[in-house]
Amino acid sequence: MRTRSFPNLWRRLCRNRLAVTGLVIILLVILSSLLAPWIAPFDPFKQDLSLTVKPMDRVHWFGTDQLGRDILSRVLFGSRITLTISFISVCIGMALGSVTGLLAGYYGGRIDGVIVWMTDLALAFPGMLLAIAVIASVGPGMEGIIIAAAVYSTPQFIRLARGIALLEKRKEYVAAASCIGETDFSILFRYVLPNCLAPLAVLFTLQMANIILIASGLSFLGLGAQPPSPEWGAMLSQGRTYLQIAPHLSIFPGIAIMIVVLSFNLFGDGFRDALDPRMRV
Amino acid sequence: MGAYIFRRLLMLLPLMIGITLVSFLILQSVPGDPARIIAGMDADEEMVQRVRHQLGLDRSIPIQYLNFLVNVVRGDFGQSIRTGHPVVKEVWPRFLNSVRLAIASILIAFLFGVTAGVIAAWRHNGPVDYGVMLLTLLGISTPTFWSGLLLILIFSISLGLFPSGGAQTWRHLILPAVTMAAPSAAIMARMTRSSMLEVLREDYIKTAWAKGQTEFRIFINHALRNALIPTVTVAGLQFGYLLGGAVLVETIFNWPGLGWLIVNAIFSRDYPVVQAGVMIFAFCFVLVNLFVDILYTLLDPRVSYQ
Repeated sequence: MRTRSFPNLWRRLCRNRLAVTGLVIILLVILSSLLAPWIAPFDPFKQDLSLTVKPMDRVHWFGTDQLGRDILSRVLFGSRITLTISFISVCIGMALGSVTGLLAGYYGGRIDGVIVWMTDLALAFPGMLLAIAVIASVGPGMEGIIIAAAVYSTPQFIRLARGIALLEKRKEYVAAASCIGETDFSILFRYVLPNCLAPLAVLFTLQMANIILIASGLSFLGLGAQPPSPEWGAMLSQGRTYLQIAPHLSIFPGIAIMIVVLSFNLFGDGFRDALDPRMRV
Repeated sequence: MGAYIFRRLLMLLPLMIGITLVSFLILQSVPGDPARIIAGMDADEEMVQRVRHQLGLDRSIPIQYLNFLVNVVRGDFGQSIRTGHPVVKEVWPRFLNSVRLAIASILIAFLFGVTAGVIAAWRHNGPVDYGVMLLTLLGISTPTFWSGLLLILIFSISLGLFPSGGAQTWRHLILPAVTMAAPSAAIMARMTRSSMLEVLREDYIKTAWAKGQTEFRIFINHALRNALIPTVTVAGLQFGYLLGGAVLVETIFNWPGLGWLIVNAIFSRDYPVVQAGVMIFAFCFVLVNLFVDILYTLLDPRVSYQ
């Protein structure tokens, strides 16, 4: 029933050089985070106080930090934390949000009203503020970040899935499926859901970019990953103290965040354009 | 029009109540006994009881919420646990600082965003256009807590042009405002570019060309005026985000704004300040959004407000 087939979408996506670049970088980052224990030149936690805040050289490509730890190794290991946190929270957001949104849009009525109110409410907070409000109540730490990020991204998925369900339920194929005796559950998840998959995937990619910024921002504020964790935001916040004498402590984790977020944005933008050229901004 | 605004304000009521509920729940969902957390780990039982009574935590939750709501409506946000002063007195000057920073950033973002967008549309599909689009992607993807540090490194540590923190003079405002403006400028540039491209295809633009108008006049007087409508909307929304999203930038530049206050209050478990801060930002965000909606109907007569 899908109006646009995936192979077609894929071909259009491949023509967009920026999107492909984004995808390649994302895959490289995922690969290097998986292989971090083998490709990192040093132990990211091993301190060597004879080597504190050394600039870049041939042994320590990115230099060492205030405790003599190798920054390259820490940045490599940090990608595991950042990617895991954002992947888990966007997955939670997508699972909760798309199911809730589909049900709300398909059934309508009073429950739909409540869900719309809750979604509007969550979106009435600027993203970072909502995350901070959640952290304030569940407490700082990794779990706190994941919950905060999931709370931030769920309403975005609800809104998208609900909109699609509202649109699709008036179409003939839903009436046809209902005529041949399909249950609501089967109509929703076997017929309507496949129509949302592509837009949901676009939102997923763009949300990854947002969540990485929010999660590392929270860690930067000291509300997320705590030292000695090599989380990029936490590394930046520690390096901030040494900005004057050793800027490389803050520069490399920042570049890492920027590259990953940029590649998710590039890929997400290209993906959206391939899906619907009219949505192009 | 007056009736329309009134109706929109009325529609805002459930959202406003929801916001108070969310900030009420911040304290309720703190793991453990809020009274003990607020009183401090070394407080004796009597002290904890006193705090519990003082905050009304010994009553049922619906009653607690009603009390909270009544107090908020009366403008009473309780007392700061850390300083003992009324929260309003702590929060208000900080809020004004945040507003000051947000206004400066939105002006910078608007100026640079619109200019870049018009230039990109003017040189559509050329290298300049691609350059601007790449810059906007960088602007959206660069974390402000990193670009802020870079600006400090370049403009205060190396060049000594601007102070790296504080809020005494207008010079203290420049670096944080520019840092915060970058992502918004990027979004506005994209918006301006795409709506310019759309407007430039309209018939009246062809007429203007046919009349022999200069390129500058066509772009600025004819096209930009219409293309700005969506950009103004986006600018309004961005203003709301800047107001509430300034936490990171305020922390980096030690800017005494409300966001910075909230983060410090989380660390010192000063929950009444967190609640008030979150609530004020959310109220502002909602009101700014409403204002933008109304402005939109005024700017574009085609949007009906019936």
